[in-house]
Amino acid sequence: MEPFGIALTTLALFVSFGFMVGVLFGFFGMGGSFLVTPALLVMGYPARVAVGSGMAFVFGTATIATLKHRDLGQVDYKLGGLMIVGTTSGIEVGSRVVYYLEELGLASGAIGVTYVVLLGAVGLFVTRNALVNDDGDDSDDNHHESDEEFDPDAIPPLAKRIQSYRIPPMMTVAGGIQVSLWLILAVAFATGLLSGFLGVGGGFIKMPAMVYLIGVPVPVAVGTDLFEIVFSGGFGAFTYGLNGGVDLSIVAPLLVGSALGARIGSAATSVVDEDDIKIYFGLMLVGGSIAVAFRQAGDYLGMDALNTVSFALILLSAFMVSGAVIYSTIRTMRAEARASAPSAD
Amino acid sequence: MIDFTASSSAVQSGALVGAVLLEAVVLYVGYGALERVATPIVEKITRA
Repeated sequence: MEPFGIALTTLALFVSFGFMVGVLFGFFGMGGSFLVTPALLVMGYPARVAVGSGMAFVFGTATIATLKHRDLGQVDYKLGGLMIVGTTSGIEVGSRVVYYLEELGLASGAIGVTYVVLLGAVGLFVTRNALVNDDGDDSDDNHHESDEEFDPDAIPPLAKRIQSYRIPPMMTVAGGIQVSLWLILAVAFATGLLSGFLGVGGGFIKMPAMVYLIGVPVPVAVGTDLFEIVFSGGFGAFTYGLNGGVDLSIVAPLLVGSALGARIGSAATSVVDEDDIKIYFGLMLVGGSIAVAFRQAGDYLGMDALNTVSFALILLSAFMVSGAVIYSTIRTMRAEARASAPSAD
Repeated sequence: MIDFTASSSAVQSGALVGAVLLEAVVLYVGYGALERVATPIVEKITRA
């Protein structure tokens, strides 16, 4: 039996893989291009179809996750709009840097090394920061149900310093935080520059940038990042669609799984402790960094086996982190249910 | 002169993106209904 023109086993694989990616995407606001495109390439799809269908999948999943985050009051549209303007300009400059490095014959090596170092560094920074915070704060009251007023003590020191530069016009972002419009645009431009340089969606840069540089609460940073991805993913899918790069028989079953996963992942951000989110995010990036290092080494040495190891590592870290997210959500819900039980008597 | 080939591929691509958006919205609404039904059951299990 071949519904949608693909085998039933492949269909089941797409739905379950989509579910796993959806959980990560809804929870972190990243992971689409990181996971889906390499998976489709490994399955033997041409690069154009793998990238184009990956983009269309990211667009659909980001739409679902954004709708869920909107229901939870975790999308800052004003900040999202400004981030779109800043990142778009940054991507343009970043891609020009790549063309220049290509002329010098340095593009491949420079991009590969920057990608590995950046993934690893951001991952280690986020994990370390969350572990330090976790030691200092044992309360379980560290997650955000909606756009409630944000605890000023929870704002990272770097964000506090950025907020202290009061260059007009000032604007208020999620949690009542006041930041200069120019500083938001500068942060967005810098993340776009890296995104354009590396040729990736850049959720792994934008989410921590919003948290650590602007001071936005983690769930709002995830929701706002996803809101941005709806536009970039939609535009990317349209561009690839012009050249026949979007295959609906791939995108449709992946979306069936990711729609459920994204709902669960998005809802989990308001259940799981904020520092736990950061720890999982950091570990996911460190795993990704090791995997990308293997892929770069495989390309450099011409060893296909290393590319397979790289993909297996990405898949393994994604599977473990999405499992940990679901486990942590259930554990928190059970603890909350137990805590509220005596007062109900 | 208007390039009809280019405009037809743009329409096709736009329709593809529209189809993905429609599927996403339908799935969001569908799973939302499922969530309303399943939430009491999940809460019962987590309290167990």
